[in-house]
Amino acid sequence: MNKRMYDKGKILSGLVIFVLIMAFPFGYNIIAKIVTGKAVAAPELILTEKAKAEKECVMSKTDMKSGHMQLLDEWRDHVVRNADRVYVNSKGKAFDMSLSNTCLDCHSNKAEFCDRCHNYASVSPYCWDCHIDNPKEEAKEATE
Amino acid sequence: MESTRRKFLKIAGISTLGIAGANPVLDAFASEQQHGGEEEQHSQPVEIQKNEKALKAKQWAMVIDTRKFESAADLEPIIEACHKIHNVPDLSEENQRHVINWIWEEEYKHAFPNKAAKFLDERLKHLPFPVLCNHCENPPCVRVCPTKATFKRDDGIVLMDFHRCIGCRFCMAACPYGSRSFNFRDPRPFIEERNPKFPTRMKGVVEKCNFCAERLAVGKMPACAEASDGAIVFGDLYDPESEVRELIGSNYTIRRKQVLGTEPSVYYIV
Repeated sequence: MNKRMYDKGKILSGLVIFVLIMAFPFGYNIIAKIVTGKAVAAPELILTEKAKAEKECVMSKTDMKSGHMQLLDEWRDHVVRNADRVYVNSKGKAFDMSLSNTCLDCHSNKAEFCDRCHNYASVSPYCWDCHIDNPKEEAKEATE
Repeated sequence: MESTRRKFLKIAGISTLGIAGANPVLDAFASEQQHGGEEEQHSQPVEIQKNEKALKAKQWAMVIDTRKFESAADLEPIIEACHKIHNVPDLSEENQRHVINWIWEEEYKHAFPNKAAKFLDERLKHLPFPVLCNHCENPPCVRVCPTKATFKRDDGIVLMDFHRCIGCRFCMAACPYGSRSFNFRDPRPFIEERNPKFPTRMKGVVEKCNFCAERLAVGKMPACAEASDGAIVFGDLYDPESEVRELIGSNYTIRRKQVLGTEPSVYYIV
């Protein structure tokens, strides 16, 4: 059987270039780490005074970090479809299931809280096309 | 290495066994981890419930006593109350075809086309009728919606789930009352004063009256009923003691296009 590889040089150099391009983000991070001494910083989230005072969100911090999207998805189905609007968490505390009125009541700093992480992770949820992203400020403006 | 069919089959067979064998082992690890995590964090099962004050019914219905209306000025505060709290944009000055209405006024001959008489009572002829989504007991819009974005709730309210609406407008074609409006453009710039407690809509979804589902959930009556000074009464159609049943039982009421069999839940005393 003939086992010769035709155009060996072209194919191999092509492969090397392909792998380099695909691995660029990893390489970039490694080089950045070497140059600046630390990895590209993960976004730092700012908690409002109110959120700090509450200490814990609806779920534990780790659960919220990994599962807030599933939680919100569940909430919207319960609220819209079944008119169940109260969520009692594992500690027995009740919450009104509302993005604008409950979540954003504490986290009223969307730009420093939601957006930072979403931008870093390159996700663009379309919540804010309809839900008002700064209900507190708007309410204030309306009364002034 | 010369490969033969025999060798290939051998390797394929062993790989299949390997994959099949590894799966349950991996699953066992995964489920164990999840299980452990849950036990640690949940001291009490999470519960999802209704608000204590939420109003309940088998089929919400509305009785509109049009004898209490004289002119369009009487309807204005009602329409404004509704449109204001629900962030309904005002596009009437932009483009008549883009106008969005949850409740609006209609002439008798248009609201009740199959009840129009040749020489109509002068009062009825000029009286503006408030019309809105009828929250039909047999809603045609729900039947045609391809994504179940519009659906009939257990309490009879025909509701929209804007998250699921793809803007196909089948429901608008199906609705015999023209109760639905389409957002041809982003409604936000046309909302004069936003109610921060209620979401707006986005371009490309259909919207309509929701019988104030968000107010019923916290024990309040619909905004139009509240603003109507007693002309609009709201209640459970299947509760014989309710105020709406009392009114329907003691007055002659008509409904819009009843012959179509959609069983509208908005009754008019004329």
